[in-house]
Formats: sequence, structure tokens, C-alpha cells
Amino acid sequence: MTETFEPIIIGFTCNWCSYRAADMAGIARMKYAPNVRLIRLMCSGRLDPTFIFKAFANGADGVLVTGCHPGDCHYIEQNYKALRRFHLMKRVLVQMGLEPQRVKLLWTSAAEGAIFTAEINRFVEEVRALGPLNWNAAAIPVVETTPMEVTV
Amino acid sequence: MEKTGVYVCHCGTNIAGVVNVEEVRDWAAENLKDNGVIIARDYKFMCSSLGQELIEKDIKELGLTRVVVAACSPHLHEATFRKACANAGLNPYLCELVSIREQASWVHTDKAAATQKSKAIVAGGVRRVEYHEPLEPLHVPINPATLVVGGGIAGIQAALEIADAGFPVYLVEREPSIGGHMAQFDKTFPTLDCSACILTPKMVQAGSHKNITLLTWSEVTKVEGYVGSFQVKVNKKARFVIESLCTGCGICWEKCPKKVVDDVFEAGMGERKAVYTPFPQAVPKYPVIDAPNCTYFMKGTCKACEKFCPTGAIDFNQKDEEINLEVGNVILATGWDPFDARRITQYGYGRLPNVYTSLEFERLSNAAGPTGGNIILRDGKSIPKVVGIVHCVGSRDKNYNEYCSSICCMQSLKFAHLVHEKTGAEVYNFYIDIRTPAKGYEEFYHRLLEEGTHFIRGKVAEITDAVRLPGEEGKTIIQVEDTLTGTQLRVPVDMAILSVGLEPRHDSKETAKLFGISCSADGWLIERHPKLDPISTMTEGIYIAGCVQGPKDIPASVVQGAAASARVLGKIQQKEIAIEPIRATINEEQCSGCRICNGLCPFNAIAYIDDLEVSRVNAALCQGCGTCVAACPAGAISGTGFSNQQILSQIEGLLMLGYSKEAVPTP
Repeated sequence: MTETFEPIIIGFTCNWCSYRAADMAGIARMKYAPNVRLIRLMCSGRLDPTFIFKAFANGADGVLVTGCHPGDCHYIEQNYKALRRFHLMKRVLVQMGLEPQRVKLLWTSAAEGAIFTAEINRFVEEVRALGPLNWNAAAIPVVETTPMEVTV
Repeated sequence: MEKTGVYVCHCGTNIAGVVNVEEVRDWAAENLKDNGVIIARDYKFMCSSLGQELIEKDIKELGLTRVVVAACSPHLHEATFRKACANAGLNPYLCELVSIREQASWVHTDKAAATQKSKAIVAGGVRRVEYHEPLEPLHVPINPATLVVGGGIAGIQAALEIADAGFPVYLVEREPSIGGHMAQFDKTFPTLDCSACILTPKMVQAGSHKNITLLTWSEVTKVEGYVGSFQVKVNKKARFVIESLCTGCGICWEKCPKKVVDDVFEAGMGERKAVYTPFPQAVPKYPVIDAPNCTYFMKGTCKACEKFCPTGAIDFNQKDEEINLEVGNVILATGWDPFDARRITQYGYGRLPNVYTSLEFERLSNAAGPTGGNIILRDGKSIPKVVGIVHCVGSRDKNYNEYCSSICCMQSLKFAHLVHEKTGAEVYNFYIDIRTPAKGYEEFYHRLLEEGTHFIRGKVAEITDAVRLPGEEGKTIIQVEDTLTGTQLRVPVDMAILSVGLEPRHDSKETAKLFGISCSADGWLIERHPKLDPISTMTEGIYIAGCVQGPKDIPASVVQGAAASARVLGKIQQKEIAIEPIRATINEEQCSGCRICNGLCPFNAIAYIDDLEVSRVNAALCQGCGTCVAACPAGAISGTGFSNQQILSQIEGLLMLGYSKEAVPTP
């Protein structure tokens, strides 16, 4: 590679908190890397794991999943369901041979434009360090079982 | 194939300054042809009437069946463009607004990358809009009753406005009386009219209004439903006084032998009895028995109040009562808590007797307060000859609260005037900056300057009783750097008043959660828009007024109370309102009856139909989060407005382009 690798990241946002954090970042003219492209869902609970596979399949190098802080969900507790799914899905992605660092879960409130911005920049750097998604090379069967994170 | 129009907004230079809109337009026209784009235009301000007419004209003349506008956030102008579509006869839900301002031009500096990203965003919108369905908004009737939470000046104002317009209001207050903090104050700045004189008539009005149901000594415990139809549970705490029998004569608290320090209304400066009303003009007039401090409840004997009550209104067996309310709208006006000055240990509050907080001073200065309005030190006899007032205590300080509490300057000036007037003492104000930005405020500041109050610019470092210099014996010494002269000063005073800042209620986060709205990291509730909609919240039908939204003075709180009520009245007058038709529906042909979705729904909107062995969504209860849609293993649930096809197509669109012009991602 001669040039620096610029990853493309798909970010899922929830209508109530993280999408508004993105709006807030914009209104306050905070700057972040243009590598992230956002999709608005009503709630992080709407996130079908298929969406993430689809993003990778179509060439995304990383996927960011965002939602309201635990306890702040507009729909009471659906972000907890997103959290459950996220970790399950991460295991599947690992089994498929994907680096788990290519997906990231981030909670931001509507007031946290600065955190949203900083975390996006950090994630872009992390994915950049991983290099482009190489589905075929990455799909070499994993012999060792990867230790799983236990959450929730 | 759909006929799609793409409209790229310049937003003056807000978008066009960074994103090459012409390039985005041309790219969409050229490369999204296969996705139905038949026309792509750009315009300086798409949201202007001319911009909207452009879309309307194309819908009519070119027969567009889908519209994509690339401009600002849908939270700002989605409604505008939907309306434009509707005007031209296109179902408004066939329009998609994608944000290239908040998500591209405003947050990126690399023009080429921002332009490229904008193209991808437009492609995502174009691909998504193809699968939009024509929808009709759901119409829900508006219950004309309103719940106002918090009986301070903002809540009272809001309740009165709505009640005067002829609609029922439930005013819920946690304390035994309405009035809030304003009832504690002595004078109000800048006019110095007495707080009680202007507040109590309003309290009485609220208490006796035929359309207002007052629920004091009560707290909201549960809120369900949505705009137009909220179901609210209120816990009416046991007063141990039968309201229908009580005349408010006051014999009970005269006879009550138990004295308790009043930490709430008197800010710890005075005492009350175990059966009490917080202050003489309390509304309602009925007292409450403070059970944890009542001799009868502690020891099982006494009952003096019961013995002497001429109407037999005391009832020791009263229990908390749960009240269910049905309301259409909610106004939250739960107010603020004072900053706890003990947190700044170097100011000695709580340790040095002659250090006071602003609320304590208000009570001291109040003619109805513990000293009858005489400014006397805690020893009960000395009148201060030198008084120091410290501004910004707990405000504008990274260690505590970064924000400016906005009222403390004026409050401190008011104190300075009152001290001067009542005691003739020498007054020092220690300030960082003087902020007097409202009507008559700056004039008041000048009046104080003329009265001879000393102003020392500098943040107080320490308040101490450690004598270092002659003349400091028996004094409270304020150590400060005068930043205008660059000198260290030690000012010996008899009384130091800490002008403490305003903080969100200690339980404001729980309040936000209870009502399903957001609050900032500080704890202030978040408004829909900081400038254009400071009294609405992200949740339809829930409004905020007064200090619950952020620190503000009395006029601003009254304005917000009135503004929130105007909004509620507007809703009530509409009788029914249209709400977003974003709902989940289950295709019963596909449903296997596994019931996974049933347990996922936090609103109990999905029920299992035994005879048919399928699940069904109750559209009235469904809030449209889409969690069940994502979970259905059979793919039988579809989320209106956010269907799988819509999202998957948007992902495809967003990934049509790589980061730079050349790079195209390989699927």
C-alpha cells in the first residue's frame, strides 16, 4: 500500500440519543474523520445483526453501533437488548474470522457530541490499524476457541 | 421503477462552503439513474419557499414518485419537505431527508472527502426511499386535562394559564405547600418588590381555581402512554390530616410540643412543629404531620394535635393514597436545588458560624423569617458591621459546576442592598465578572455602585477565622486576590454570604427517566431545541418550564411556564393530533407463534392470540422502536418507516462509493 488506508465505517445511530449527538456535533462544528457514514434507526434495539453482516459484505471496514446510555432508552430498555445482541453477534463475527475490533458499541446521550466525535476518531484509527477488511484471508478457520467476553 | 428527484441544498455556504454541491448533484443525476433518479437539482436554500416550490413543481410536472433532499438534519426540516410533497399531492412519507450538513459539511474539513461522503449519503437516501411506503399519520385524541409537576412559580404560572383557558389541570407538588423557592425569598431583584406579595396571590388563585386540582405532599410514581393519553400514578402521601374537615385554624401546631429544625423552607435557620404548614400563607392551608419527627409516631403517646383539633381532622391512621390520572399533556417544572456550600471546604460553611448561604440570608432578611427580618448573626444578638458577599460559589468552577448560574450576580447585588439598607453595614462583593443582562439589571448594578458597595474582582481563595493580622480578632476573614490591582487582600468581615449556584434537583435524572425524556450530564432536562424550542422535549406531549431546564431567574421561569402552557393549549385545541405512523406489524401468515417478540416489547404491545397461534401488535401501544422486528426469526414483523429493505438498501447505497473518488469498495 502506497497511500494511507482510509477505512469506511457504517455507523448505526438511534433517533433519540446518538443521532442527536451527531446533530449536536454538527451544530457545534466539532470535527471528526469523514470515514463514518451514519444510518438512523429509531432505537438501537432495531439493529438486526443482518445489517452488520450486510455492511461488511458490501465493503465496510468497520461497524459502529450506538445508542442511548443504559437506563436512558427512549423505549425504556431496548438498548439492553441491543447490548445482548451486540455481544452475541460479535462472537459470530469472530467465528467467521473477523477481527472483533471491527465492531464497536458506543453509548452517547444527545448532549454528548464531543464524546461521539472523539470516539468516532478513535474507532477510525483502530480500524485503520487493522487494515482493509480481507474477508477471504480472514475467513481461515479458527482452530482455537477465542475467549469470550462475558457481559450482561 | 420509481421516479426519484434529488435536491441538494447549499444552505447558503453552510453546506456549499465545504461540499461541492454541483458535483454531488451531477454525480447523483449520472450514477443513480439506474436507481430511479430522473432529476437532480441544487438550490441555495431548499427550505425556502422557492426551494420547496422547486420540488412541488417537479412532482407535478415530472411525476416524481420519490423525493430525496440532501440538506440538514431530519430533526430540523423533515416536516418542511414532507409538507412540500403533500402540497404537490405526493404522500409525505415518500420523501427522505438526508443530512449532509450536520453529518458532512459541518463536521469535516477535507472538502473532497466531505463531497464524496455526501454523494454516498445521497445514494443511501435514494436507495432507501425506493422502499418507502405511502403512510397515513395516526390520529390520537387529546385528553384536555394537563399534569403540571412542581408548584413553584413556573408550575403555578403554567397551571393558571391552562386553567384560565377553561381546561382541567392537576398540579402535583412534593412539599406540603405550593410556592417553591420563590416563597422563601425576601425581595425580588431588580425592583425589590416583596416576593411573597407578588407570589401569594397567584398561589391562592391556583389553590382556589375551579379547574385546578391541587395535589400537594404528592409525587408522581409512574407515567405510561403517549401524547394525548398519558396514564399517571401519583402517590399522595399521608398527611394525617383529613382535608375535608381541616379549617387551617392552626391550633394543632400551636399545641404540638415537638419542635423540629426546618431544613427545607427555613433552610435550617428556624424551627417548626412536627405538625406544620411550611409558612403562614401556605396553599393549601392544611398542615401535615411529619411522622418521623412526631412524638406519637415515635413513642406512641402525645396526640396533642388530635385532642385540641376543634373539627376532629387529625387521623393518625391515614395511609398513602395512590391516585390515577388521565392527562393529555405534561409540564415538568420541578425546579432546582441550591449548591451545597459544604463541598467547598475552604469557604468554611458549616464550620464557621458567620458564613451563610444565600438561601439562609433570604430567610434571615425575610420579615416572616426566623428573625423577623432582622439581620442578626447566629449568636442571636450582634448586627454585622462589615459583610462580604462571595459570588459564583459552586458555579463557573471546573471543580463543581462549569456553568454560570445566571441569577447569583443579581441576587448578590440584592443582598448588598438589603444589608446596606437594614444595617448600614459596609458591604464587599467578591466577583469574577458582573453579569446583569436583563431589563433593569444593569441599572440596579449602578445603583449599588452609587450606594457605596465595594466591588472586588477576584475569586475568593479562603474564608477563615485564623487571625494573622491585627484587627482580625473575632472576625471572619476573606482571603482574595484583587485581580484589578494584583494585590492579595484579607478582608475581615462579621458576616460572609455565599451566593450559591443553582443545581438540578438531586433526583432530576430519575425524573427524566420517569417521564422518558433526556437530561444532560449536569442533570438539567434537555429541551427540543436550545433556541427555537426551549420548552418542548424530544417526547411529544411533555414540556419543561423553569429551572428544570437550566438556571434562570423569576421572569424567565414565568415566561417558560406561560410558553409551555400555550403549547399545551394549542395541543388541546387541536382535539386530536397526528403522530408518526412508525409501528410494527406482524404478518400472520409468516408468524410461527414462537412468541420471542412478546417478551421483548417493553410496552406490552404484542399479544399472543391463542386460537390463531400467532402474535399480534396493538398499534395503540406500539411505540415503534423496532426491537421485535430485529428479533423475529421468521422475519414476519415489519417496521413501518424502518423496514429491513429500507435499511439494507441504505447500507448498499452508502457503500456504493469508497473513501476517495477512485476507490470503490469490492463487495
